Amino acid sequence: MSNQHQSQESHEHGSVKSYTTGLILSIILTVIPFGLVMTGTLSATATLAVIMIMAVVQIVVQVVYFLHLSEGSGPRWNMISLWFTILIVAIVVVGSLWIMFHLNHNLMVGM
Amino acid sequence: MSTQSMTNQDAHAHGHEHHEHHDPVATKVFGFWIYIMSDCVLFATIFATYAVLATNYAGGPTSHELFELPFVLVETFVLLASSFMIGLATLAMNKGNKQGTMLWLALTLVLGAVFVALEIYEFHHFISEGAGPQRSAFLSSFFTLVGTHGLHVTSGVIWAIILLIQIATKGLTDMNRSRLMCLSLFWHFLHIIWICVFTIVYLVGAI
Amino acid sequence: MFGKLSIEAIPYHEPIVMIALGGAALIGLAIAAAITYYKKWGYLWKEWITSVDHKRLGVMYIIVAIIMLLRGFSDAIMMRAQQAIASGGAEGYLPPEHYDQIFTAHGVIMIFFMAMPFMVGLINIVVPLQIGARDVAFPFLNSLSFWLTVSGVILVNVSLGVGEFAATGWLAYPPLSDIQYSPGVGVDYWIWSLQISGIGTLLTGVNFFVTILKMRAPGMTMMKMPMFTWTSLCSVVLIIAAFPILTVTIALLTLDRYLGTHFFTNDMGGNQMMYVNLIWAWGHPEVYILVLPAFGIFAEVVATYCKKRLFGYTSMVYATVAITILSFLVWLHHFFTMGAGANVNSFFGIATMIIAIPTGVKIFNWLFTMYEGRVQFTVPMAWTIGFLITFTIGGMTGVLLAVPGADYVLHNSLFLIAHFHNVIIGGVVFGYLAGFTYWFPKVFGFKLNEKLGKASAWCWIVGFFVAFMPLYALGFMGMTRRLNSYDNPDWHFPLIVAAVGAAIIACGIACQLLQVVVSIKDRHKNIDETGDPWGGRTLEWSIPSPAPFYNFAHTPVVEERDAFWHMKEKGISEQKPAEYQDIHMPKNTSAGFFIGIIAAVFGFGLIWHMWWLAIAAGVGIFVTMVLRTFNDDIDYYVPAAEVERIESQRYQKLSNQA
Repeated sequence: MSNQHQSQESHEHGSVKSYTTGLILSIILTVIPFGLVMTGTLSATATLAVIMIMAVVQIVVQVVYFLHLSEGSGPRWNMISLWFTILIVAIVVVGSLWIMFHLNHNLMVGM
Repeated sequence: MSTQSMTNQDAHAHGHEHHEHHDPVATKVFGFWIYIMSDCVLFATIFATYAVLATNYAGGPTSHELFELPFVLVETFVLLASSFMIGLATLAMNKGNKQGTMLWLALTLVLGAVFVALEIYEFHHFISEGAGPQRSAFLSSFFTLVGTHGLHVTSGVIWAIILLIQIATKGLTDMNRSRLMCLSLFWHFLHIIWICVFTIVYLVGAI
Repeated sequence: MFGKLSIEAIPYHEPIVMIALGGAALIGLAIAAAITYYKKWGYLWKEWITSVDHKRLGVMYIIVAIIMLLRGFSDAIMMRAQQAIASGGAEGYLPPEHYDQIFTAHGVIMIFFMAMPFMVGLINIVVPLQIGARDVAFPFLNSLSFWLTVSGVILVNVSLGVGEFAATGWLAYPPLSDIQYSPGVGVDYWIWSLQISGIGTLLTGVNFFVTILKMRAPGMTMMKMPMFTWTSLCSVVLIIAAFPILTVTIALLTLDRYLGTHFFTNDMGGNQMMYVNLIWAWGHPEVYILVLPAFGIFAEVVATYCKKRLFGYTSMVYATVAITILSFLVWLHHFFTMGAGANVNSFFGIATMIIAIPTGVKIFNWLFTMYEGRVQFTVPMAWTIGFLITFTIGGMTGVLLAVPGADYVLHNSLFLIAHFHNVIIGGVVFGYLAGFTYWFPKVFGFKLNEKLGKASAWCWIVGFFVAFMPLYALGFMGMTRRLNSYDNPDWHFPLIVAAVGAAIIACGIACQLLQVVVSIKDRHKNIDETGDPWGGRTLEWSIPSPAPFYNFAHTPVVEERDAFWHMKEKGISEQKPAEYQDIHMPKNTSAGFFIGIIAAVFGFGLIWHMWWLAIAAGVGIFVTMVLRTFNDDIDYYVPAAEVERIESQRYQKLSNQA
């Protein structure tokens, strides 16, 4: 298997620039929620909302700049499987929490 | 199967007219991507369990009392840096730079090992304070969630060591390229999971 | 040294177990002696055990499934016999702790070690042939998956002779399965056999997902894939998405039992309901994992034997995809009575009723395919018609159970037992047996005996109704599941009828086995010379029977949905290619076999708390894996001349026929 032929795959995957952008954005998106929780500037609910949003944004940043999923039409099935997985993860997590908190409420756990 | 087989070298000399085997590197990386998707569901299940049990302290220590965020921030940056390193390793690989690939991969695995060491230190610290996994449902799920992530990083470190040996002995073959691409997917994925751990376990637990 | 294991673990005082073990040992010895006598060990090792050929792995999966069917069915017979006897104060012949193990083993074996291997076996054999591929995407992983499944099978069966099996029901709900209430090794056998075989199943899922998406013949777009390939694709998607949930759920139970954590315990904040929630988040998709490929088989069978293209292909594809997603939205209906409240229950109740719609669409697909077709009443068609009637009834009782109010009355009653056997036997088992008969000639080169096949189908169908209709009634009469004995005299007569039904099903299984034996004896009479014994429509019938190890001498080019039918219509199906090319094939390997066997040792060590053994086996698995990755000599080329020699034999046969 030859070294010279750049396997057709390796290709589209990013550059130092995209990795550095991803790194810097990730640092910012980590430090802000950390600072908010440490200092307690905002109310608990607001803090919760902000750190959750920051986490989602950071995940998107990493998917785009580290995993390079957004580029081109090649990885179509990668995208479809990712969206399907997100759907299943959402169903399992939200469904479980919904069911379990209902149970706890009805069974008066902790009262 | 009564076929006399040719040797491997002969076989590859046949070149690429055998288009039917599609692109083995792409197929492998795609297969690994699908495995990662299943791993997402695995972590999602543990996260759901953690979320359900997170306040069941059973009279034991609470998340507020235990978590030390600055320490966790250091862990986070170590893992983030390693995730960046493995990106550089794949870039070096794409340029056909064997030395560069090995260097960045070695740095990745060292940082990964540091991360695991920090986590072991944290676990040891909690257990010695009487906050072990047997103490409450909250702690059971905390140790399991963070520990599962740690086990994944550990296996990534071992994988990186083996891959270093393989690149050193055989060079950047197609096989090793696909392995490094899978490992980099795995590593980035583990950092994405850690973002969730950092946020849902540590930050939310400390609010 | 031996952990919890001692000589006491062998149940030598239980005559039933010892007779079963003795019988199994005798059969095993006889087979080993026969292999030695005919000097077949080398052949077995080279051609089967180390094989990475998807067709051979498929055959081995199905052999495992049939052996496990016999084991699981003997459990069923024992339960039916016990309940037919143990009425009005009589204790029957099975003590409660033994009876509890039997119903647990029956469920576990039938789902995990009969249905799953049967399904994976059929997918293995058929899918690569239908999509025009030479093998699967990852042949070594395929072999590994199989041997991990075998590893689970070994552990379940070892539990019969060494120690005990779980007595908790097939899903091992805590707190009963916690160490406090099940201190023995039974639950540990359950845990490790499922965990190890579950990894094999997950790998199979990934493997076939990639195979179907990346290795289809040129021209075969998604909407030109054969229906069985479509349903297999959806089934493996469900495996990939659902099995990790099972892995986690069992792992958390394992931590509770081994490390004293508190996920599902009564105290320290544990929550058993979370276990029930999680295990069914896997468990409901699991039933669709099993039944979707069966739906695909019926679609192939109906189209072939009615000589018509499948009615409403597109609607059936969308129905399958809809079921795939909806199957993740209904799991709470397994525990309506747990107390989640009205809006949760009604959401999941309605979702459950909605999933009946795409399933109903499929029933009409099959019926309209038969409508105005030239229906040939072959054995697979007999199974299909039996399925249509049986499964529809099962589906209707399912919709009935989907009403939360009704479920409060019927939950855990024999009505539920009748319902799920109605859909699993009527859907899954009939489907796989239809597929077994349908594709048998493609694998072995001769057809199965028609008469015995039909006798078997009739016995199964009649036996099913005799065995399970009384259970519906018993459910209404208030009888709950898993009873070892009872004192209500009204239940006695229906249970005797049910036992008779089980005996009729036993005749069906006997006919099935006899069918295989007779067909092997008469194989020269039933030989399939053309490779297309049924007038098939899809690519697997375009190659010789038995399929050559490289499947396709030339990768076929697909233009239409029923690709082979289209080729026959254009008259190009028997065209001899101008020249042959070398074929790239994977080499056989023993790594999968060794990892599977060591995994069984690993599980055994953990079950009996022999930590040194578990560690040694764990290291063994790791070393085998790493050694395998250092081996670059994993493929070879079949020379064109060899391909030509094999293929010309077939064209010889075809011209003899003409």
